[in-house]
Amino acid sequence: MPPAFAIALVKSSTDQGQLRLAGSLCLAEAGPLWTELRRLEASAVTGETLDFEMSEVERIDGGAMALLACLRSELHRRGVKSEFVAAGERVQRLIHLYGGDNKVARLRRRRPIGTFNQLGRATLAILQELKLVTAFFGQMVVSAASVLRSPSSANWRELPATMERAGADAVPIIVVTNFLVALAMAFQSAEQLARFGANILVADLIGISVTRELGPLMVAILVCGRSGAAFAAELGFMQVNGEIDALRTMGFGPMRYLVLPRTLALILVMPLLTLLADLAGILGGLLVGVWHLELSVRGFLNQTVRVVSLWDVSTGLLKSVAFGLAISMIACQQGLATAGGAEDVGRRTTSAVVVSLFAIIMIDAAASVLFRLAGL
Amino acid sequence: MSDAIVKVEDLSFGWDGALLQEGASFEVERGSIFALLGASGCGKSTLLRYLVGLDLPTTGRITIDGQAPDQEVNDRPTFGVMFQSGALIGSLTVGENVALPLQEWTDLPLDAIGGIVAAKLRLVGLERAEDKLPSELSGGMRKRAGIARAMALEPELLFLDEPSAGLDPVTGVEFDELIIELNQQLGLTFVVVTHDLESIFKIGQSCIMLDRDSKSIIARGDPRHLRDTSTDPRVHSFFNRTRLEVPP
Repeated sequence: MPPAFAIALVKSSTDQGQLRLAGSLCLAEAGPLWTELRRLEASAVTGETLDFEMSEVERIDGGAMALLACLRSELHRRGVKSEFVAAGERVQRLIHLYGGDNKVARLRRRRPIGTFNQLGRATLAILQELKLVTAFFGQMVVSAASVLRSPSSANWRELPATMERAGADAVPIIVVTNFLVALAMAFQSAEQLARFGANILVADLIGISVTRELGPLMVAILVCGRSGAAFAAELGFMQVNGEIDALRTMGFGPMRYLVLPRTLALILVMPLLTLLADLAGILGGLLVGVWHLELSVRGFLNQTVRVVSLWDVSTGLLKSVAFGLAISMIACQQGLATAGGAEDVGRRTTSAVVVSLFAIIMIDAAASVLFRLAGL
Repeated sequence: MSDAIVKVEDLSFGWDGALLQEGASFEVERGSIFALLGASGCGKSTLLRYLVGLDLPTTGRITIDGQAPDQEVNDRPTFGVMFQSGALIGSLTVGENVALPLQEWTDLPLDAIGGIVAAKLRLVGLERAEDKLPSELSGGMRKRAGIARAMALEPELLFLDEPSAGLDPVTGVEFDELIIELNQQLGLTFVVVTHDLESIFKIGQSCIMLDRDSKSIIARGDPRHLRDTSTDPRVHSFFNRTRLEVPP
């Protein structure tokens, strides 16, 4: 089907020309319209005149008018004089609406940002982030001290619900994951141990590694993925939605009202979840010991109780408290630092999980070195 | 003979099992500015969701230019919608937001799309905001960008949800003038959900008023005429901002 418009280039002299437009110009045919306009105006050079002759335009919509106005501006910037001429009353109104009779402003050129400039900006952004993190921890300490002085000022109502979401709701995934990880580890080591006739040592291996390392670490990783991400996203959305500001204006500091209950909830549930993870892990080892290494249930359990000391379990529980504190503080800090829209909520949530995981590994490594140095 | 662009026949709707309106019927004339009015909770915004096809009616019928609106059908939209907060995509700049429907539904090259985007933003007074993110804009600017995006595909019909809500008086007046200008110069039809009386009297050419208690349309016509002549106490109370006297 032929287009509903027609364009002809009419030259009255070597440097004077007109683009004669006719028919119906609309966005539905903007593709061919633009191609044709570009083809016809390409030869115009600085100092020439190329007007848009509109007398035979029957109909034009905003999209087509926007294209013509855009082309006129481009011609002006190339030094080609161009105006809309002989337009009917209705078309003239549209030309005016789309700025087709305005003076064309010079295009502001954007300079590319230099390497040093980019480095400087990135450094400033990191310093600004560090400042925010420091301020957050400072506020946290002040709020915690204030709550210790006056416990009734804390938002205790949120504590049970948060403990349920972060703790009770996480029990199935934590039990299953730890059971399976310990089971896999016991299987991997079973063959080596059987070769030396040291089948019973699978109880030592699983008991110590699960209580000291695997249990708390797996719990921390799972809680970080579940609750850390949830805290960051929840607070981030509240920040974007103006709810944090609303709380502030009503006298509820976000530290006291939102951060402390979440932090306390994680500090309380992490050791409990770790104990469950330890039990699930030992159960995984027991299953392999009985089924694959032909140990008796009593024998496995006796060996576990003999070799796993209270201190082994306690180190795991102590680390889990530190993990909970780190996850909660990092997630809440990232959530409250959200600025902008939905994109920043996503960015801060990702950041909360990644930074928390890094912090967990750092704490774990530091704790291992410290305990070793202390001979524990 | 009337030239209706929107036809609603015997529409009943509600949410969560609660009926908001029953048997609503009305028409919107092509080229007019039509207002959906009523007190909070009467179902204005819910009705708008049905009109733009976000919810589908189970009772009654809605047609826009003879077609039932349905957002599940992936076809080039025949109307534009500006949501209350602008609803711009936060990860895209203002220019990219306006370019989005053009990239999806036209075969225009990027330079032509850029030209249209610049023209649309100039039309709504946002020529300097093309590279800004929505989070860097004020509420009024977001609404202006929302209307520019809604107009990108040159629809004949625009739905506006609370266009003047949250705007300062000067920006609100400017927004009203923009709607009138687009209506007069481009012949666009506007369906506006609002309860801003000043705006209603300035831009509204016809309206319907929904009532929460009777679950029906209790007034229709020119809002200025209804303000001056309606004998219904609910309509009088709404348009004249007076307390509704409840009989003992």
